[in-house]
Amino acid sequence: MDKVIEVLKILEENARLTPKEIAEMTGLDEKEVERIIRKKEEDGTILKYKTVIDWEKVGEEFVYAIIDVRVDLTREKGYDDIAKRIAKYPEVHSVRLISGDYDFQIVVKGKSLKDVAFFVAEKISTIPEVRDTFTHFVLRSYKEEGVLLFKDEEDRRLALVP
Amino acid sequence: MSRRISERVDSIKPSGIRKFFDLVIGRPDVISLGVGEPDFPVPWRIREQMIYSLERGITSYTSNHGLPELREAIAEYYSKFGFRPDPENVIVTTGVSEGIDLALRAILNPGDAVLIPEPAYVSYKPLTILAGGEAVAIPTTPDFKPNYDHLSKYAKEFEPKAIILNYPNNPTGVTYSKKELEEIADLAIEFDMIVVSDEIYSELTYSGKHVSVASLNGMEERTIVLNGFSKAFAMTGLRIGYVIAPEDIAEAMLKIHQYCMLCAPITAQIGALEALRNCDEELDRVRAEYMRRRNLFVKRLSGVFEIRKPEGAFYAFPKISDYGLSSEEFAERLLLEKGVAVVPGNAFGDCGEGYIRCAYAVSMEKLKEAIDRIEDFVRGLRPNP
Repeated sequence: MDKVIEVLKILEENARLTPKEIAEMTGLDEKEVERIIRKKEEDGTILKYKTVIDWEKVGEEFVYAIIDVRVDLTREKGYDDIAKRIAKYPEVHSVRLISGDYDFQIVVKGKSLKDVAFFVAEKISTIPEVRDTFTHFVLRSYKEEGVLLFKDEEDRRLALVP
Repeated sequence: MSRRISERVDSIKPSGIRKFFDLVIGRPDVISLGVGEPDFPVPWRIREQMIYSLERGITSYTSNHGLPELREAIAEYYSKFGFRPDPENVIVTTGVSEGIDLALRAILNPGDAVLIPEPAYVSYKPLTILAGGEAVAIPTTPDFKPNYDHLSKYAKEFEPKAIILNYPNNPTGVTYSKKELEEIADLAIEFDMIVVSDEIYSELTYSGKHVSVASLNGMEERTIVLNGFSKAFAMTGLRIGYVIAPEDIAEAMLKIHQYCMLCAPITAQIGALEALRNCDEELDRVRAEYMRRRNLFVKRLSGVFEIRKPEGAFYAFPKISDYGLSSEEFAERLLLEKGVAVVPGNAFGDCGEGYIRCAYAVSMEKLKEAIDRIEDFVRGLRPNP
């Protein structure tokens, strides 16, 4: 297996592992792991280290909305231009160009329904190239970033099996 | 001894790990490295497929051989290990355990000798005896590999009917290279032995690729391949495996299978088919994770034990005799004092004395904690660390 890919896969799963631990898991030299990580941080392969948090557990309520956006392209303004304009708002969680009836799918994070609704009305809908938007508020999340937000299975194995 | 029980059954010792089982029960703090079973759940798409089949009321017997699509899929799948068997020679079994029993009962006459390189999985010897054969243990410590010279000594003396191989191996994690298998194949041909090849851990091979001994020149006609879905796809409790055997032996095995088992459970067969068709990615992910654990486990334990880096399965088999305890004493004290369960090496044959089997089929966090505890335990065994 490609050692760089292996280090990245391990980090993607758990960013808190130390180079020493990763070295033990891969059989690589600790120094080499450090070098790979540094290089991948520098060349922008590793974008950021973050934590997946279930905010509901601490009573912090956020409202997420998925907004489908249809745009009219012009000679001056292509998809990239419009996407960048939308993406720069801190309220915007993600922006993706998609196939189908709409052009973009964006995820907006806010404190309340009103917050999000106003943001869309004032900042997204008013962009000249935006033809229409369709807002879906997220009611409940079951899986985020590949992590299940519920636990309904336990280890039922016997303690000793030959 | 009660006269109600057959003498043959009476002659078999109960499994040595039962005692440890009782010690673990009721101790939630125990980290068990004693489980020869994956900690990953069965991939969801397999489970989903089985649920769907139940909803549609697919609960009947299948043909004795197993579902035709599944036998086709198994034959096709096996080409990745070096040969493509005729689907007619594939029998779907209720786990590899049944396959071992079928194989031995199909080929042994009373008193026929069977070579079993040890340490070995616990059921080869009892099943050989139950089938009327004579089990000949061949110690393979310390490198856990039987070579031509070593084996031929036993072959000459016992004129065995068969040899049982298991690679990657439970409990040692050792597997055989093509070259090593060729040596064993030469011997099988020279002494006209049938090879019973238990390849249940074939997908969990970390260095190189698994090669089936049946793929070697002249070996398909004298090899009974056993494999299944328990280790690669975690389908342990679903009891589903298969055998690939030469036509005459397959026919003989089918005779026993049709009377004692009729067929493997249909739900599990349906799950197995989904496993072969659509679970390559899941398998790659699981294999990569085991490999990381192996690397970490062996690296850390090599500080305290003499340990061989296993090439497959999910076991490490470190030598503990330097600490002046027997395998059982070591395992018992480690469990009682530090709450880590392992299996004493002598459970896998006399030559396993002085070793313990540790299964790294636990999460990375638990594995690290277990290593810390083992290090701690071992430090207490020496006057000066």
